[in-house]
Amino acid sequence: MSLVAAELERKGIPTVVLQLLRLITEKVRPPRALCLPFAHGYPLQAPHDPAAQRSVLEAALCLFERADESGPIVVDYEA
Amino acid sequence: MGDLSEFPLKYKIFLRTYGWRRIDPVPWADVQKPLAASRVGLVSSAGFALPDQEPFDEAYKGGDPSFRLIPHDSDPSTLVEHHKSDAFDHQGIRNDANLAFPLDRMHELAASGRIGSVAPRHLSCMGSITAPSRLIKQTAPEAAEVFVRDEVDLALLVPV
Repeated sequence: MSLVAAELERKGIPTVVLQLLRLITEKVRPPRALCLPFAHGYPLQAPHDPAAQRSVLEAALCLFERADESGPIVVDYEA
Repeated sequence: MGDLSEFPLKYKIFLRTYGWRRIDPVPWADVQKPLAASRVGLVSSAGFALPDQEPFDEAYKGGDPSFRLIPHDSDPSTLVEHHKSDAFDHQGIRNDANLAFPLDRMHELAASGRIGSVAPRHLSCMGSITAPSRLIKQTAPEAAEVFVRDEVDLALLVPV
């Protein structure tokens, strides 16, 4: 995912990568990452739970609204 | 969660010792528009394909680096998951594709005005690619070009 994000950023498209392992995020270094405390297979927290899924997406969208001028940016999700 | 505790020992060892590609330098694209005016595209690595699309090749050595384009008006409940990994529970995303490909949520965000619009096409790829050279050199640039052509302003990448 992060390698695709890097390619998108090189083409001028800002990205936020949701990440389930902070360890990997710190090794690979995508430009903007939101680290999630959920199990693999459950990146947006819970199936058939639109509110929970929206909460994660909202946190991801907020990374686009920060005033950062360079990355990598790593933020931990807090419900 | 969010750490290695959920995995059996063999995956813990792999995840710690695998030669992850370090992005250096880290590219950076500035946000050009408010979210409410931005077209947002999704990228999923859950290996989803539509029923009439070619399935991902689970036998591809090092991981299938191809992409499927998912139109914005697709019904997430029709997506077929082809992710090959046995390292995670697949039941959640098989019961609700929005869990890893939140197309319904994106349409809700556009309807509420939080984002400007939903991209016309989204990208689906396979995760757990252990030999990513072809992905880096060929398929990721081709996939990114789709978003450029579709004038996508922002991309959200969702793992599984």
